[in-house]
Amino acid sequence: MSQPAAGPDTAGPPAEQRESASATLAAVLGPWDDAALAAALLAVDPHGLGGVLVRGLPGPVRDHWQELVRRLLPPETPFRKIPLHIGDDRLLGGLDLAATLRAGRPVAQRGVLAESDGGVVLLPMAERVATGTAAKLAAVLDNGSVGAERDGLTLKAEARIGAVAYDEGGEDDEPVAGALAERLALHIDLTRIAPRDIGEAPAEAPDIVAARQRLCRVTVPDDAVKALCGSALALGVYSMRIPLLAVRVARAAAALDGRDEVDETDAALAARLVLAPRATQMPAGQEEEPAEQEPEEPEPPPEPPEDQEPPEESEDDEQDQLTPEELAEVILAAAQAAVPPNLLALIQAGLGPKRRKTPAGKAGARKYGATRGRPSGTRAGMPGQNGARLNVIETLRSAAPWQTLRRREFEMMAARAREEGYTPANPPRVLVRRDDFRVMRYRQRTLTTTIFAVDASGSAALHRLAEAKGAVELLLAECYVRRDQVAVVAFRGKGAEVLLPPTRSLVRAKRSLARLPGGGGTPLAAGVETAAMLADAAAHHGQSPVLVMLTDGRANVGLDGKGGRAKAQAEAMEAAGRVRLAGHSALVLDTAPRPDPRARQLAEAMDATYLPLPQADAASISQAVQAAAK
Amino acid sequence: MGVAFPFSAIVGQEEMKRALLIAAVDPSIGGVMVFGDRGTGKSTAVRALAALLPEMVAVEGCPYHRDPADKVKTCAPPCTVDHADPALRTHRIPVPVVDLPLGATEDRVVGALDLERALAHGEKAFEPGLLARANRGFLYIDEVNLLEDHLVDLLLDVAASGENVIEREGLSVRHPARFVLVGSGNPEEGELRPQLLDRFGLSVEVSTPTDLDVRIQVVRRRDAFERDPEGFVAEWAAADTEVRDTLSAAKQRLPQVEVPEQALETASRLCMALGTDGLRGELTLMRAARAVAALDGAEVVSQAHMRGVAPSALRHRLRRDPLDESGSTARVARAIEEVFGGAEVAAQ
Repeated sequence: MSQPAAGPDTAGPPAEQRESASATLAAVLGPWDDAALAAALLAVDPHGLGGVLVRGLPGPVRDHWQELVRRLLPPETPFRKIPLHIGDDRLLGGLDLAATLRAGRPVAQRGVLAESDGGVVLLPMAERVATGTAAKLAAVLDNGSVGAERDGLTLKAEARIGAVAYDEGGEDDEPVAGALAERLALHIDLTRIAPRDIGEAPAEAPDIVAARQRLCRVTVPDDAVKALCGSALALGVYSMRIPLLAVRVARAAAALDGRDEVDETDAALAARLVLAPRATQMPAGQEEEPAEQEPEEPEPPPEPPEDQEPPEESEDDEQDQLTPEELAEVILAAAQAAVPPNLLALIQAGLGPKRRKTPAGKAGARKYGATRGRPSGTRAGMPGQNGARLNVIETLRSAAPWQTLRRREFEMMAARAREEGYTPANPPRVLVRRDDFRVMRYRQRTLTTTIFAVDASGSAALHRLAEAKGAVELLLAECYVRRDQVAVVAFRGKGAEVLLPPTRSLVRAKRSLARLPGGGGTPLAAGVETAAMLADAAAHHGQSPVLVMLTDGRANVGLDGKGGRAKAQAEAMEAAGRVRLAGHSALVLDTAPRPDPRARQLAEAMDATYLPLPQADAASISQAVQAAAK
Repeated sequence: MGVAFPFSAIVGQEEMKRALLIAAVDPSIGGVMVFGDRGTGKSTAVRALAALLPEMVAVEGCPYHRDPADKVKTCAPPCTVDHADPALRTHRIPVPVVDLPLGATEDRVVGALDLERALAHGEKAFEPGLLARANRGFLYIDEVNLLEDHLVDLLLDVAASGENVIEREGLSVRHPARFVLVGSGNPEEGELRPQLLDRFGLSVEVSTPTDLDVRIQVVRRRDAFERDPEGFVAEWAAADTEVRDTLSAAKQRLPQVEVPEQALETASRLCMALGTDGLRGELTLMRAARAVAALDGAEVVSQAHMRGVAPSALRHRLRRDPLDESGSTARVARAIEEVFGGAEVAAQ
């Protein structure tokens, strides 16, 4: 824009609006300003944008942000919270039991999603939302309507919603389900915003109303589309949904700003809020990329990735019209500036923008009742026994065919009662008997998660890293057949690293293993600890972890990353003791050229099965793993 | 859901589009599985297909919208129409494309006791489910890998037999359920059991376009569609009609398309080279090639037809080697090169 910033204004009269909003966009943008803008954009087009993925724990900042969203949305807009444990009947809709019994015919009730049509739903602890629920939400976000086939009913209702998903996961938690995260256009991070950073709102409710009316008129010039698509590619964002969402965000931004055409500030904003948080690569420093794929940015802007100051301000004071090339550059720069600073390090580790590894091991909390797991049908039985839950629909269904008969019976009994001088009760609408009761049957799939901890240190690399890799590959094939999850931890040099968080994708497992370099010291304790932490997490999720250690047991680097054989060995033993205490099944494959007593000791300390690799062939390894899994 | 995105406006993804058309021409192909990354237009394509399919003639009042040509004496309950009646009333209806929502319960899928009639009148009546609704059409399951295993088993069984048999709650009903199962899924979210994969006739892999111009075009068209759905659909109506006409013509031509001995032999050689189990691969390959020939307006299946559909027809039938990095697609391509390589030269 031509006017470079006067400070974040709130919206004024229409004549000034252009200036004020462009000021907001181009001015010094703290993290709060971006978050507040995201709130305003969401309010302009909740369904079109899908929603906002908010990283941040509950607290004053998040409350303030949420309040801002609510204030900006037109009054009476549904603003509903979806609790984590919501059942499908409330989420999608189902049978209204009370009304059904009263009416004597099935009466449907709408679910939360249908009730929120035109509004916004809030998802606290989105990282814990089950994959199935996330997929259902994703379908609703895609279709703008909720369809369900359940409880003997076919439900179809408009549900043009936007979602605010709060990612409250810690470092070692899984990220929010990909299917959901992908459909939420805006990704913002509130974790680094302190309450004192909270600034003014970028817009007020009347601005939103005006923007909504304007939205359908806003056009997107080809250059902006081109620039956004190009930037997405350059940042390694491949899904086609993302540039689409970015275009919609740019359009909402233009509408908010009171313009009928998307300009470069809107596109830059979209790049910052939509593309940057999803970046999997930096355009700079990517050796192969720039030449072939991104002609618009022959030399990527040199500024170091910072996430606060927008470095492209200098572009603004020249002229209004930028050439397409310049535009693409501005937008890419905007996105780049917002790419998390640690991304490069993550990319180097071959991990992309995923959260990973370490601290906060949790113990205990591993008991589950018989009432958990996936529902798998029903059986006859009394509710309340062993916590069994009544399945109303199936109960009614089993009672239904008998109603006429039972009513007749009831009448007979009533007649007899009257003869004997009693006043019989009125017959209930539905005569349900004890035999009719159906309770939910749950099946808890105990998924096995096999965690491979591979010693990639110099001593191991020298001898048998290749063989160890081969052994792991054999085990992977086994896991594939059993549909286990696998995770890979490698330890070498100064510490241990989760190469692959638990996954079912064997291709990824294999790739991560193939990339594994060898060399360096043996931080055995760190390896055991990291593997044990993954095992704890798996157990916490109700899975049965199996630890497979491939090492020669010769520790020489301690937990602090410093050398020292004796201390390292002692720490490794201590870590192994914790594995035993946690009760994880374990297997130690001794990779030393000759069976090493230290590996055996480690196995004993872990209460693990010990198997020297020199004598182990494929079959015995896989047998041993299976035995350990039992 | 409002207007569907026009089929012909979908940029690229030729393999997926063709597989869907093949299934529309010859429903006996046994379903299509679409695997691909998120945001590649899997659902868009299926929903677009629904809008594109030519209408079909069905018996009026029959919940299974049977073809008036099957003169069955008694249809399955609750249908009361006498299908053998010479004065049978028929009507034209759109080919059903039924969406199976995630979280659907088994009773709604297969059909169950009609709760309303049971509650209100104490009658034991059958209420048809989604499978009945999908008869003679398509059943689409997004994220098929998230569906409960027992439901997937059931669907595949019905899809293969063309008949839905209900034995539950004292009901004993069998009704026709011939439909093309279209599944889509993202392999990152869990793989499908190999046994299930094999039951799909065609398997398609879609990937995100990495070409900038293609991507820009996708975004532009989508954007144009979102701003003015009706106008956009009208703009593409002619192109869609053309596809629809091709489809209708191909359907009529299909029975006459000839499959020469040589093509059958090539199919067998290809399957042997790939070590696919059973005969399903060859059969599907032959049928798919015939459908492609029909779509092409050809009267005889040529090597090129075979070659074109071989990846879709075979890639999911290979003995799975989870550690073979090259993936099934590459293996099929290799085998095709071996088997067809010579033939192609000879043809020229």
